[in-house]
Amino acid sequence: MEALWLSLRLAACTAVILLLIGMPLAYWLAQTRWRGKFLAESVVALPLVLPPTVLGFYLLVAMGANGPIGKLWVALFGHTLAFTFFGLVVASVLYSLPFAVQPLVAAFESVDGRLLDAAAVLGAGRWRTFREIILPLSVPGVITAAVLSFSHTLGEFGVVLMVGGNMPGITRTVSIDIYDHVQSLEYGAANRMAIALLLISFAVLSTIYAVNRRVWSPWPVKRGE
Amino acid sequence: MRLHFERPAPGNHTPFELDVDFRIGRGITILFGPSGAGKSTLLDCIAGLLKPHSGRVALGQRVLQDSSTGSCLPPQERKIAYLFQAPTLFPHMTVEQNAGFGVADLATEERKAAVYYLLEVFGVAHLARRKPGQISGGEAQRVALARALAPSPRAVLLDEPLKGLDAELKSSIVDDLRAWNRANWLPILYVTHQRDEVDALGESVIALDGGRVVSKGVPFAVLDAPRTRRLAHAAGFENYLRAAVLELREADGVMRARLSGSDAELELPLGYAAVGDHVHVAIRAGDIMLATQRPSGISARNILEGTIDSVEVRGATVVCRVNAGAMFFVHVTPGALRSLEIVAGKRVWLVIKTHSCQLLEE
Repeated sequence: MEALWLSLRLAACTAVILLLIGMPLAYWLAQTRWRGKFLAESVVALPLVLPPTVLGFYLLVAMGANGPIGKLWVALFGHTLAFTFFGLVVASVLYSLPFAVQPLVAAFESVDGRLLDAAAVLGAGRWRTFREIILPLSVPGVITAAVLSFSHTLGEFGVVLMVGGNMPGITRTVSIDIYDHVQSLEYGAANRMAIALLLISFAVLSTIYAVNRRVWSPWPVKRGE
Repeated sequence: MRLHFERPAPGNHTPFELDVDFRIGRGITILFGPSGAGKSTLLDCIAGLLKPHSGRVALGQRVLQDSSTGSCLPPQERKIAYLFQAPTLFPHMTVEQNAGFGVADLATEERKAAVYYLLEVFGVAHLARRKPGQISGGEAQRVALARALAPSPRAVLLDEPLKGLDAELKSSIVDDLRAWNRANWLPILYVTHQRDEVDALGESVIALDGGRVVSKGVPFAVLDAPRTRRLAHAAGFENYLRAAVLELREADGVMRARLSGSDAELELPLGYAAVGDHVHVAIRAGDIMLATQRPSGISARNILEGTIDSVEVRGATVVCRVNAGAMFFVHVTPGALRSLEIVAGKRVWLVIKTHSCQLLEE
């Protein structure tokens, strides 16, 4: 089941990267008073409404041999970014961005501002306040962000197909594999993979929800909840 | 300090403006004023959480903020303790961790010593391992005090810290704070809108209303001679009247005025007014006496005839509403209620001393 293993690796990498870049971005969004904040929020939310094929198309063009990012990549690494695992990771990160950033922003914003004031007056700088006050009080939001980005990436199809090129072992994720089997009328194989994916996803989610009972249901963005 | 701060208000309301200029010394200074006077805003500016639009705030020799030079110390560096109305403890940390938050840069031994010393002073050391969710409001506020004082601040700001606590709790916290300050002798600015706290702590008082310092001095001068209506209300004056000046008698230090809407005349302390001007007067309900016969041979200069409109017993105080040309609130004791047989509809006379009448500015 190398397709399944590939999908899990992709989802895990994406979730980790999204937490790393999502947190600074979410922190900035939560505390900035810039009047153009709505623009940044819209950009982050785009993947929620864009058809996957649109995103996939633009990413393919940018990452392909003739695109700006692709050319840079070839110059640095000698091969194209498109049709590689890393290319998939990049695409997944962009595609699942709002699923990580929005729960993080909501969690950070729900921390009582007076707690932050108290920390400041007691001498804590921004970084210390983030580490010791905001983050511990936002754990459910962080977990939600991780779970949502993982699950969302696991289920990707359109973007992955366009950017990845469906190469077995490298970019053939389990969702594409199922599609292939169905196209070749191999329903048995398709069914086996689908059930495997369903069970794994369910197991991951159940564990997370059981362990952290304050995780919200997966509707993104309920500000101030 | 001297500062000017403006906050635009939502909608069409005029922006809130804070414009103050005062100095405070060591010991407890009370900042008194009604809600919305700007007290919390002022404290936020002093602590560095809000930046005033212009002005200068200095603590001793250290300039905390000066708009003329553009300098502004962030709150982290001001070394000022600030206690909010609600304890605002960090909910995910124990009492001990909360109290030690401001002194995390000390070595473990020193930090523990400092923290436990203060927790003991405020009587909450036995709660060290508990979390904020497991202690009462009064205990939480004491922990907050210990937390704020642990980093050896140079000044202390307290924003109505005893709100919602019962009287016994309040006085014990006040005693502990006083004792602590005798040892440390810092400037403490204590905000409240409650009269009883002023009397309990009463060293010097600054009265704030509508964003401006209205008066300052010892509690008696500030609270028993309020200058604005809202301040009077906060200080417990139940009666507000409007009167037109009829005559000034400078030799006697009084003026005569007619109560608006009636023929009754009052003798008021002499103020800055001309004949024909309207003045506003505040009188404490407890300063008015009731008589069931017109008194004679009495020193009080104001004797107004009226009728009892309603009587309400509130514990040890009886509140009578009397219609004597204007509606007056009068406080008497339950004993007086019985012996004078005060009931609604009874004809009475109000007796008010000239100097019980406080002239207001607006």
